[in-house]
Amino acid sequence: MERKKDNPIVSLVSRTVSPFIMLFALYVIFHGHYSPGGGFQGGTMLAAAFILIRLSLGMEISQLQFKSSWATPLGSAGVLIYFGTGLIALLFGGNFLDYGFIPFSKAVAENRSIGILCIEIGVAIAVMAIMVSIYDDLLEGSSDD
Amino acid sequence: MKVVNYLIMIVFCALMIYASLGLPSRGDAYADLNKEKSLSQTPNAASYYIHNAKKDAETENMVTVILADYRGYDTLGEETVIFTAGLVCFLLLRKEKKKNGKKKR
Repeated sequence: MERKKDNPIVSLVSRTVSPFIMLFALYVIFHGHYSPGGGFQGGTMLAAAFILIRLSLGMEISQLQFKSSWATPLGSAGVLIYFGTGLIALLFGGNFLDYGFIPFSKAVAENRSIGILCIEIGVAIAVMAIMVSIYDDLLEGSSDD
Repeated sequence: MKVVNYLIMIVFCALMIYASLGLPSRGDAYADLNKEKSLSQTPNAASYYIHNAKKDAETENMVTVILADYRGYDTLGEETVIFTAGLVCFLLLRKEKKKNGKKKR
């Protein structure tokens, strides 16, 4: 796939907008306890910020931001964060995924709140990495023909 | 054979539509599903969540508590599905290193 001539408007606007999309994605992830949102939505928006750079600036430059080879390990890490949170609860004597038993703080309800935050972060990382990975795979399938 | 397939599909579709006519309408306060107690006089899941979500998890957003705490297994499965989809794309679409010429899919 041959790239067209660089368009300064497109590259400038996408470079300007992309950090704000990331910031809003982080807001959606970490404010999921109080407003609509959470790991899946925030992770998708984070991936959108990365894919916007990939679309507008091309594959070579965007590798500096997020390497294609990071995507699969990060996705596994996200799933492992979720699974590990459940497993830690198991080790502290509760059921699997029963965050009340993880001693983050004194109160059980507080523990559950922090446990929910942990797994939201895991979901967000996994979704973000997998979205970017699928985009890269599709692009690689269509290149050098 | 194709006619039989279509016939089976149409009959099944009609059956599903007929079955869905018997469901209570959405938001019906007097449906069994939305009552505070179920038929066996135990609290319904929905009313339990509404009453106890804030108390149990110190989180204002009830949906987050249900998704991540009460139904944690479900969300773990969802995440695994997404991960599997990404892995399948990786395995199907990514090319091997260019050793034995061009490989086309």
